[in-house]
Amino acid sequence: MYEKNGEKYFVVDGHMHYWNAAPDNWVPGAEQYAKGWIECFHAYMGLGPPETHWSLEHFQKYSEDDLMKDVFEDGYVDVAVFQPTYLKEWYKEGFNTTERNALMGEKHPGKFVYNTRWDPRDGDEGLEVLRRNVERFGSKGCKLYTAEWNTGSRGWKLTDPGAYRYLEKCQELGIKNIHVHKGPTIWPLDKDAFDVADVDHAATDFPDLNFIVEHVGLPRIDDFCYMATQEPNVYAGLAVVIGALMHARPRFFARVMGELLFWVGEDKMLFGSDYAIWEPKWQIEGFVDWDFPDSDDFSDYPRLGVAGKKKILGLNAAKLYGIEVPAEFQLAPDQGTPAAPDDAQLVAGA
Amino acid sequence: MTAPATSRAGGPGGSSSRASSPSPQAGGALAALATVRDPELDEPITSLGFVASCAVSPDGDARVRLRLPTYFCAPNFAFLMVADAYDAVSKVPGVRSTEVVLEDHFASDAINGGVAAQAGFAASFDGEAVSELHGLRADFLRKAVLAGTDQVCRPLLAAGASRASLLAMTLGEVPASGALDRLRQRRAELGLPSGPGAPLLIDPATGERIREEAAPLHLRRARSSRISIEANSSICRGMLRHRYETSGLGEEEQ
Repeated sequence: MYEKNGEKYFVVDGHMHYWNAAPDNWVPGAEQYAKGWIECFHAYMGLGPPETHWSLEHFQKYSEDDLMKDVFEDGYVDVAVFQPTYLKEWYKEGFNTTERNALMGEKHPGKFVYNTRWDPRDGDEGLEVLRRNVERFGSKGCKLYTAEWNTGSRGWKLTDPGAYRYLEKCQELGIKNIHVHKGPTIWPLDKDAFDVADVDHAATDFPDLNFIVEHVGLPRIDDFCYMATQEPNVYAGLAVVIGALMHARPRFFARVMGELLFWVGEDKMLFGSDYAIWEPKWQIEGFVDWDFPDSDDFSDYPRLGVAGKKKILGLNAAKLYGIEVPAEFQLAPDQGTPAAPDDAQLVAGA
Repeated sequence: MTAPATSRAGGPGGSSSRASSPSPQAGGALAALATVRDPELDEPITSLGFVASCAVSPDGDARVRLRLPTYFCAPNFAFLMVADAYDAVSKVPGVRSTEVVLEDHFASDAINGGVAAQAGFAASFDGEAVSELHGLRADFLRKAVLAGTDQVCRPLLAAGASRASLLAMTLGEVPASGALDRLRQRRAELGLPSGPGAPLLIDPATGERIREEAAPLHLRRARSSRISIEANSSICRGMLRHRYETSGLGEEEQ
């Protein structure tokens, strides 16, 4: 819970991790990838305020106590959504698996949501693992990383026939939220791996699932915005937008926020700290204080008020995940409905 | 502002081979590298800080080292930059041989070997790619045209031009600017109309003039494309700065 100027914000961190990327978890022969991955993440941390930077050693492997302090004690978060990333070709036990997250989380009841994951290249066996994970961890969401390497393959698309089998299985198992994270590789490598057109198709074909595009489709924000405005079940995951831009490049942050508010709208945007890349504390404090710079450059973007910030910081995600929000944090009846799906419409006359 | 092209020892890039007394060839090679753009960011690899070093021996052997913001930058765009750098430097008068090496990248070996052998992308990533990168390059040139349209139109709108007047305007009627030159050049590269009589607002896929009813959406999308590219560029610069202590040759602050 965060409180500022008499306003109380219920905070759902929609995208965070509990990873082990230390050398003891590197796969022999793939050390350079394991090292390259975590060093790349660490460079992202460099875009946050200097006083929040960690040493690489600490960043590779932080403790349960570190997480609880950074996210909940200091970081104002009420409920955090674990988004697993496996990368088992590089990390022996996986980078951060559903099991690892849940093992930690079960000591802190009510604090975490355990999303799981799937990879269409895992075939029938993967479908069974998905079923078991949902049964065991109560997962209502999945994190998909399309650039994951898997026995010689460098990635996949949501429109692959194998992926549709998994999306159908998700519906059958009661999974509601599909978090999509695009990465730099895909098959074939000559195509743009970051293209979000496959999410567009899947969102149309699976209208009962919500598709949260993580990092707002970065580096394809423009394509993402244009797609999201037409698909009522597509949401913007803000992880990285706040972390990488709000401190380091405030004017670009304002422009990107303007675009998102215009095309996607405050009902469809979800806060995520991407912890441990960045701690949530400074992101939440800065976001609540944030407003557009006083300049004509920003005058035709929709404004973001307290109600909108409440939705983005927690109420939208709480709605998607069925998290109970105490009355003191709810919006007044005239302040709109969080995560309202019918707000999306093609903006033609702007 | 141009950052000094320093080359401190011990940086992770190992960029120690900067030409200490630039020969005409080395100057020419660096100028050639300044014509190579990151296809995604639509900016020269020099100003982005991607050129770690560039040297040409008295006999005309050119050695270029490139670097990128992350170990996992997309291999297709990385390949294009290395191949374009190779082609550009090879054409510099007095250059006898060219070597371009991408450092610190997961696909360095495939890219460097493939470019050195002039093998093309599909052969360099055997079994992982089905075709060359012309389509990818064209897709991103079209985005650059959209972004460039916003760069040209925004000052006109700010100065009071109406949307209707933009629709009627030809490239020859737009006041001269660097942004206009860039837009015309990008359009020409795609084979789109770029002469003084060509309409300012065209569909970058077809080259057709934008119709009145489509203009608001077109201009909004142009702005989104520009902001997307600029935001990516700012993140890439931040990552590069974190990764390497030294500035690249010709690096410019944003």
